[in-house]
Amino acid sequence: MSMSRRQFLQVMAIASANGLLPQSVFAQRQQSADPYEIPNFGQIRLLHFTDCHAQLLPLYYREPQVNLGLNDRQGKVPHLVGHAFLKHFNIQMNTPAAYAFTHLNYVKAAQKYGKVGGFAHLATLIKRLRETYGREKTLLLDGGDTWQGSGTAYWTRGQDMVGACNQLGVDIMTGHWEFTYPAAEVLANLKQFQGEFLAQNVKVKEEALFVGAAAFNELTGHAFKPYAIRDLSGVRVAVIGQAFPYTPIANPARFIPDWTFGIQETEMQQLVNQIRHQEKPNIVIVISHNGMDVDLKMASRVTGIDAILGGHTHDGVPQPTTVKNRDGVTLVSNAGSNGKFLGVLDFAVNKGKVTAYQYHLLPIFSNLLAPDEEMQTYIDKVRAPYLAKLNEKLAVTEQLLYRRGNFNGTFDQLICNALREQNDAQIALSPGFRWGTTLLPGQPITLEAVLNQTCITYPETYVRNLSGQAIKTLLEAVGDNLFNNDPYLQQGGDMVRTGGLNYVCEPTQAIHKRISNLTLDDGTALDMNKQYKVTGWATVANQSSGKPIWEVVVDYLRAHQTVKLDKINLPQLIGVEANFEAYT
Amino acid sequence: MITSRRNFLKNTLSSAIVLITSTAILSQRVLADWSKMAFTAKNTEEALMALFNDSDATVSDKITIVSPEIAENGKVVPVEVKVDLPRVESITLFSEKNPVPLLAQFNFTGGRAKGWIKTRIKMAETGKVIAVVKADSKLYQASREIKVTVGGCGG
Repeated sequence: MSMSRRQFLQVMAIASANGLLPQSVFAQRQQSADPYEIPNFGQIRLLHFTDCHAQLLPLYYREPQVNLGLNDRQGKVPHLVGHAFLKHFNIQMNTPAAYAFTHLNYVKAAQKYGKVGGFAHLATLIKRLRETYGREKTLLLDGGDTWQGSGTAYWTRGQDMVGACNQLGVDIMTGHWEFTYPAAEVLANLKQFQGEFLAQNVKVKEEALFVGAAAFNELTGHAFKPYAIRDLSGVRVAVIGQAFPYTPIANPARFIPDWTFGIQETEMQQLVNQIRHQEKPNIVIVISHNGMDVDLKMASRVTGIDAILGGHTHDGVPQPTTVKNRDGVTLVSNAGSNGKFLGVLDFAVNKGKVTAYQYHLLPIFSNLLAPDEEMQTYIDKVRAPYLAKLNEKLAVTEQLLYRRGNFNGTFDQLICNALREQNDAQIALSPGFRWGTTLLPGQPITLEAVLNQTCITYPETYVRNLSGQAIKTLLEAVGDNLFNNDPYLQQGGDMVRTGGLNYVCEPTQAIHKRISNLTLDDGTALDMNKQYKVTGWATVANQSSGKPIWEVVVDYLRAHQTVKLDKINLPQLIGVEANFEAYT
Repeated sequence: MITSRRNFLKNTLSSAIVLITSTAILSQRVLADWSKMAFTAKNTEEALMALFNDSDATVSDKITIVSPEIAENGKVVPVEVKVDLPRVESITLFSEKNPVPLLAQFNFTGGRAKGWIKTRIKMAETGKVIAVVKADSKLYQASREIKVTVGGCGG
């Protein structure tokens, strides 16, 4: 039984009195035990959430234990985890903040402090932070990955989330997983969306324009509006959208055949220059789905941006990183995922320019915020037709089940075990997504929990024969998308999860030199020339023919009733010891 | 009335087709000789020798190659070359890892044309795309690496 709101507030009061709550996490406040009591600062307030992955209800989400930063990124934000993270941001162990931001003592802390996130709880906080500041001086920004990640989002084709975001009052959004619905559905959903969808880096392909495809602007090729100007009580704010640059590579291009993406750094600079010159804004913001390492590089090269509010890599970063570039300084933030955090960025403007800021990344402790009634009613209504199905109990887990981390999480292992057993295969492969909610030991595994880990629009499974060499090449390719030394060549996902396959990984090496010593679970070395029976899901190129991954997992869970994993197929890592304290 | 981008592209493309066709008719015999040697060359240097009788092109920052960092589809990678040099005579494109590195040569007549091309190329693996520009009888070059990767596993 987790803490009640009253008990929670008592803990916060004690923590606050003892100075355990760092300024970086919760506002500097004198006597208040309320972590959401943040002082009004400056003239405008930007509220930012990102990567909620359609999680309308409060949940558990364990932050990563392994999040490697290589070479000059080693030991730097956002590649800090656990104790190093706490130390860097001056957060005490065994506090609500330590629970929100790290994996440390996760089960105990989760049992104590309870669930996080939930749109009804988020709505309460957003209303409060807008009203106390003056609604007309605030903007609510959504970094995307909003329409995918739950059963109800899948069944309603993202429309449950469009409705929820309208109710929440989202002013501006950009996207990534939104593009895993067919283009016609994306456009239909955007018609219902009452905010604006921005993306400077999504263009209609010239070949498609030629045969009459629609564009926001035929001359520039922009598929969507690239930026918006908002006047917030006399402060002119320009917001530029930056969608996930590698959507048609990381996800199926077949859903959005007419659109082309990319980082488009040169275009970003030209757009910032044009906006600064023509629109004369006081502040230029980018709402970005680049991922934090890409945002950091972009901030160092593109001038004229005051802040990049980032997402994609799901990094819950308490304070923005300040990046110097040729002409000035750009703040780069990342606001975590799954509705767990709300970023609050207040700007002071003097003589037309930004002079100071105040930033908070507020964890949404569901026990500490009363659910907003209107939002709760909406959520209940959209869930009602599916409720019986979602709540079906398939099994009970005896251990913590989670995904997030550079390599196999326990939930990935469960999925791989299910795939191998159900499809009678030697090796299972499962994508290294960064979404997927956490279950505590003793919790039932419902269909909803399975869908929260698997629900995508290309869920089909496959069984095929692959040579040892082909398997190695695949691991190398995915490894390079994660560990390439140039952030612009990373895609922001984690390493492909393996079941029944072990390997040695040296992340600092170049492609084709990172992966070695591949072995099956019985210890036999993988023969590069021999064929192996491999099963997996989420193929990007062509649609696979097997049943959806959740059906495979459901069948497995029904057959087993309880989940207790004997072995996790974690690779042996070389050359990254400085990156983390414990890796077990 | 402002010409829409679509109509503009259509018009441009139809005139381009005419141009390519006439060039082909006029110089089929000439083309056959140089192209055979250049297209059978196994590396950039050999192909340059076949084309220009010279493989030494000066690296120049006046040539800009615009392309994605990572190809969305290796079968059709958009590549644009912008040249800020006077009297551009030709732009030649190579993909160093392709079995046949020479991709195309674009000739500019009259010496007053702007050195600019935009095309689509095919790449099987990560490698450098090289643009060799002949301007004012001298050879210049620039290169840019384009990554070709398997998809999937995006967070």
